[in-house]
Amino acid sequence: MNDLGIATVFGLVLMTCGTLFLLVAAIGLVRLRDPFQRMHSATKAGTLGTALIILGAMALGEVARPQTGLLTILFLLVTLPLGGQLLGRAAYLARTPMEGIDDDPLADEERSGLRRK
Amino acid sequence: MIGWVAWTLMALLCVALGLAAWRMLHGPTPADRFVAFDMLTAVAVAFSALTAVATGRSGFLDVALVLALVNFVATAAFALFLERRRS
Repeated sequence: MNDLGIATVFGLVLMTCGTLFLLVAAIGLVRLRDPFQRMHSATKAGTLGTALIILGAMALGEVARPQTGLLTILFLLVTLPLGGQLLGRAAYLARTPMEGIDDDPLADEERSGLRRK
Repeated sequence: MIGWVAWTLMALLCVALGLAAWRMLHGPTPADRFVAFDMLTAVAVAFSALTAVATGRSGFLDVALVLALVNFVATAAFALFLERRRS
């Protein structure tokens, strides 16, 4: 690896870490038990993995234009948590069953109050 | 060397793609399918970044940017659909 430069090695390591994070997110998507837990796995680990892969591609340097990569990471960091929150709220309002929670402290009136008219 | 590593990582990502697709096909509730779709798009963004590295064409990074934007719009639309749906 001595002929590769430090930035190249750094980029390759970042991309490998990102791929492993995405793999863990996908495994969580299959193994976790209710939609909210799966959402947790997909949004957190998925965002981190994708951002790491794009950072690695930027560190490799042969693919120029770091603005595009930075913009992509910025949009990912802004939009994926937002999308996760929207989806979680909608899934809760649609009465998606939650694993291990038998009596929901939020009653139906509360839920219909949250619902958009 | 770099291209070889990128192709290997893409082969690994295919496993993630398959797992997310399995959840999308088997998900008991619509929320599961939407979460799986979110994950599929994140994997697609990663795929296009890796393709940019493997082929040396920087245009694929633009594809990643557009996919990230479309992902948000799609998720918001799905959430609105799920919220308004009669359950």
